[in-house]
Amino acid sequence: MVDVATQSLDDHAAIARALREKKRRSEKRAGLIKHAFLIACTFIMIYPLLWMLSSSLKPSDEIFGSLSLWPSEVMWETYPEGWEGLPVSFTRFFGNSLFVTVLSVIGNVISCSFAAYAFARLEFKGRNIAFALMMMTLMIPYHVVLIPQYLIFLKAGWVDTYLPLIVPKFLATDAFFVFLMIQFFRQLPRELDEAAMIDGCSAFKIYWAIIMPLSLPAVATAAIFSFIWVWEDFLGPLVYLNDINDYTVPLALRMFLSQDSISEYGQMFAMSILSIVPIIIFFIIFQKFIIRGIAMSGLK
Amino acid sequence: MRDYLQKYGAGYVFLTPWAIGFLGLALGPILASLYLSFTQYDIINAPEWVGLENYEYMFSFDTRFYKSLQVTFAFVFLSVPAKLIFALGVAMVLDKGIRAIGIYRALFYLPSILGGSIAVAILWRQLFNQDGVVNAALGLFGIEGPYWLSDPRYSLYTLVVLAVWQFGSPMLIFLAGLRAIPQDLYEAAEIDAASKPRQFFAITLPLLAPVIFFNLVLQMIEAFKTFTGAFVISGGTGAPLDSLLFFTVYLYNEAFSFFRMGYASALAWVLLIIIAIFTAIAFYSSRYWVHYENERG
Repeated sequence: MVDVATQSLDDHAAIARALREKKRRSEKRAGLIKHAFLIACTFIMIYPLLWMLSSSLKPSDEIFGSLSLWPSEVMWETYPEGWEGLPVSFTRFFGNSLFVTVLSVIGNVISCSFAAYAFARLEFKGRNIAFALMMMTLMIPYHVVLIPQYLIFLKAGWVDTYLPLIVPKFLATDAFFVFLMIQFFRQLPRELDEAAMIDGCSAFKIYWAIIMPLSLPAVATAAIFSFIWVWEDFLGPLVYLNDINDYTVPLALRMFLSQDSISEYGQMFAMSILSIVPIIIFFIIFQKFIIRGIAMSGLK
Repeated sequence: MRDYLQKYGAGYVFLTPWAIGFLGLALGPILASLYLSFTQYDIINAPEWVGLENYEYMFSFDTRFYKSLQVTFAFVFLSVPAKLIFALGVAMVLDKGIRAIGIYRALFYLPSILGGSIAVAILWRQLFNQDGVVNAALGLFGIEGPYWLSDPRYSLYTLVVLAVWQFGSPMLIFLAGLRAIPQDLYEAAEIDAASKPRQFFAITLPLLAPVIFFNLVLQMIEAFKTFTGAFVISGGTGAPLDSLLFFTVYLYNEAFSFFRMGYASALAWVLLIIIAIFTAIAFYSSRYWVHYENERG
């Protein structure tokens, strides 16, 4: 009886070993196939971006009807020509975009971390209701609040200024970031706050000297995503900015589309490439934060 | 009173910016939008109360409203499943301890981070031009590509492809979900000689159901709100023949091209209700097909 049991155990071990060996061999083969598959997929995915880069350098009669990524002749001049290709220089557009984006990021980081600190660490009456309301705003499409917001800003005389784009960021209207930071703040040990409180620290001191430094990953994630989203934002500037001197980069790029002469396609692609360069640089530097941020919160 | 302030004061101080934003820029506008939806308002003259007229007109006579619903629903039902299937497929290939996973992950995610930009919308218009790259690629296989942008039968597909191209964030969420599935389940299945497809349907799919559900809700809401790509590719109007008249594009034009603020507000409320219904359906149906692990047994 005992023998049978040990033998069957031995058998099992042998079978398991054999299986593992077989698995290892097939995995090696499968690994190569997977890499080939993945490289092909990646190439197809990235191809449109590479095509845009190469088209920005091609002579204009080569842009269409060709799959090639190699310009027969590299036309660097599309870049300086594109930079001055609209009635107003792109120096201005990039300056405008940078101004709006930097202030929006600052606003988002301050106001969202304030709200998150209150929700995650402070006690006050009505906290649960306020939290539920905050979560509900996550679902509301921007298009629903757009018209009344526009009317408010119109009455305030803020249309054709950057205020409608920037001020809401200082009022924690991006509930996503509040939620993201709440999740992070809650993981920090409460003993830290309590010890600091006993030492006589104010709530603000705790926020500034304990919570914020320890939450740098969450704060950075929020800052990175607000930078990218505000930089790319099209609808906001489209609604609020009418003077070409105030245009941000996305609005300026769209102007290339209305002048439909083939000769300017190179310039249009050149400026399109420049418009995404800051985002790609951000992405390369902060990739870890971005990828973790999405896995943590389901940000888009 | 002093005690009360001492105890709760800090909470209210820190909450103040959010509270102003919530009342002034979220709750207030939502209610204002509801009110405006019962009026006719052109910004110059004061809003004029018309009762249910906007909604009556919309549902009884407005063919463009129905067209925009049809376009948007077609887009949601084509793009969301395709995007999720793609995201899950790639995530499963990436999940199994592959070398250089970081590089692949980053490159697959890159389109998602650029996808909302005007640069990509402009690029897309050129790719799908009649003598653009897509038709050149089809030509290699001897297929004569259609006029993607000017033929109303095909124009929506350009946007579906654009949406599927941005499968990066559901892919990352799937990857996190796949990591959470215990590996010994697969080992046990292997010993029982269960085939790979069977392992997928018996282990991966049920255990991943909560993540699939989460992605589904998120992507559906995103798809209903699609604007930039549709606006730029259709030249701002929903052309050709309203085949790219997304709900949001119609709403934008009613409000900011024709200044029919009352009617546009009614449209906005319809959008809000559609999104709410679909989110509710997703939540409700999840009871039947989503099993959270700790609920079993």
